[in-house]
Amino acid sequence: MALLEIENLTVEFDTVNGRFRALDNVSYSVNAGEVMAIVGESGSGKSVAMLAVMGLLANNGHIKADKMVFEGLDLMTMSPRQRRKVIGKDISMIFQEPIASLNPCFTIGFQIDETLKEHTELNKKQRKARAVELLNSVGMPEPEKTLKKFPHQMSGGQCQRVMIAMAIACEPKLLIADEPTTALDVTIQKQILDLLMDLQAKSGMGLIMITHDMGVVAETADRVVVQYKGKKMEEADVLSLFENPQNAYTRALLSALPENATGDRLPTVSDFHLNGEGA
Amino acid sequence: MSEDIILEARNLVREYRTKEGMFGKLNITRALKGISFKLERGKTLAVVGESGCGKSTLARILTLIDPATEGDLLIEGKKIDIAQQKITPEMRGKVQIVFQNPYGSLNPRQRIGDVLTEPLMINTDMTPQERRDKAMEMLVKVGLGPEHYNRYPHMFSGGQRQRVAIARALVLNPSLLILDEPVSALDLSVQAQILNLLADLQEELNLTYLFISHDLSVVRYIADKVMVMYFGEVVEYGTRDEVFGDPKHDYTKTLFNATPRADVAHIKERLARTA
Repeated sequence: MALLEIENLTVEFDTVNGRFRALDNVSYSVNAGEVMAIVGESGSGKSVAMLAVMGLLANNGHIKADKMVFEGLDLMTMSPRQRRKVIGKDISMIFQEPIASLNPCFTIGFQIDETLKEHTELNKKQRKARAVELLNSVGMPEPEKTLKKFPHQMSGGQCQRVMIAMAIACEPKLLIADEPTTALDVTIQKQILDLLMDLQAKSGMGLIMITHDMGVVAETADRVVVQYKGKKMEEADVLSLFENPQNAYTRALLSALPENATGDRLPTVSDFHLNGEGA
Repeated sequence: MSEDIILEARNLVREYRTKEGMFGKLNITRALKGISFKLERGKTLAVVGESGCGKSTLARILTLIDPATEGDLLIEGKKIDIAQQKITPEMRGKVQIVFQNPYGSLNPRQRIGDVLTEPLMINTDMTPQERRDKAMEMLVKVGLGPEHYNRYPHMFSGGQRQRVAIARALVLNPSLLILDEPVSALDLSVQAQILNLLADLQEELNLTYLFISHDLSVVRYIADKVMVMYFGEVVEYGTRDEVFGDPKHDYTKTLFNATPRADVAHIKERLARTA
């Protein structure tokens, strides 16, 4: 059985111009131990789908789905109280801006401790030991000192490591990473991706990687979902997607990569759009 | 024919002095530690490096925003030191800059027309009508239209805003354009459009580009020469093929290894490794 199963998910937002459909009948399924990438440009609905799973949509968001199940638990009908038991423990998420997602007013130690306090039975001493262990596992030098630091005293890459430490604190079964490396330098990006892949391989958790970067997809994913304007364009395993893309949009996206440039000019997705194939 | 050098930097050094408190001790950060290079007219030099390596400090010196602490800056053979002399409007027009984030670099309260005419108002003695015509011409040149003249920045997408920022930089007819990560905030397909636009403009106006980026695939596509910076120093400098074909410095190699690769052979290799 799949870890997370979503069938025909539609997300709409109320706006001053009426309802806007951000995601249109998209289905996903993720197995334990699998890395699934959702790739698309801004406005493709790639983050919205996972925010719906987390229950993090703003009040003007409306969800419709035939099925939205995590390990037999129905995420659609779940009470907020039940949801809070699952979110942060069995499902957790890492966001794009590591510095913005940490609270600037509290130390790293305090923020990791919060998660552990909420979801585990450990006492204070054990929690501290666990926090040190977590920081160690994400490769932070001097974990004890880091616990006393504030987010502004660390670099972006270090903050992202702390975010990952918090996300894996309760050994989640599913980790959702929303553009985890977009704000980081390439060398740091490599470290963070390696770390995520390493943790995933060790723990056997399911990992959903939301990204717009085809390079990141190629480096991490087992299976890929390509989205465009809220619709699923294509779903395939990573090799067949790059080797033999079926959808016109996927082909356009791949040919817009500068490293695939054949002639003087880069083909753009609007070229594809004008031809009117695709969606 | 001798090379047509438009800009030359000789041993540029830039120090930032900060104090810890009013009576605290003085901290000196050397952001640039002696940078030398030459820019050839009509060519593109890409500057690569990670955050904190001094790329943007260099951009600020070259665009005559900040003075260099030491070293010489020569633009079209003439030595310029903004700490000593006032910059003439003519000088100001020669080097222009396009910033990374088109959401932050345009004033939200300013109409596009005013964005484009302001540099002309300050640096030239054109009449309002001439300024307006020039701005319209620039809008068309970057792929927008005269109908955009009276709109505000929030009515544009990221790619369109970056086009406006490019138009603003070009309005003074510069010969050198500093592009500080111009496409890193944009979607892949929009990135391709902007890169195409830059290539077209370079050909049409014989522009010289200094292209700052951390994305090696973009650099490989656009650059003639590549300069790799690391902690304020140039660790590698050469033609694109030299640097990409045979990187000498360890940091350059690290950088190449860290760049995600989206080719089929590489994916096969990874899958084989994990299987």
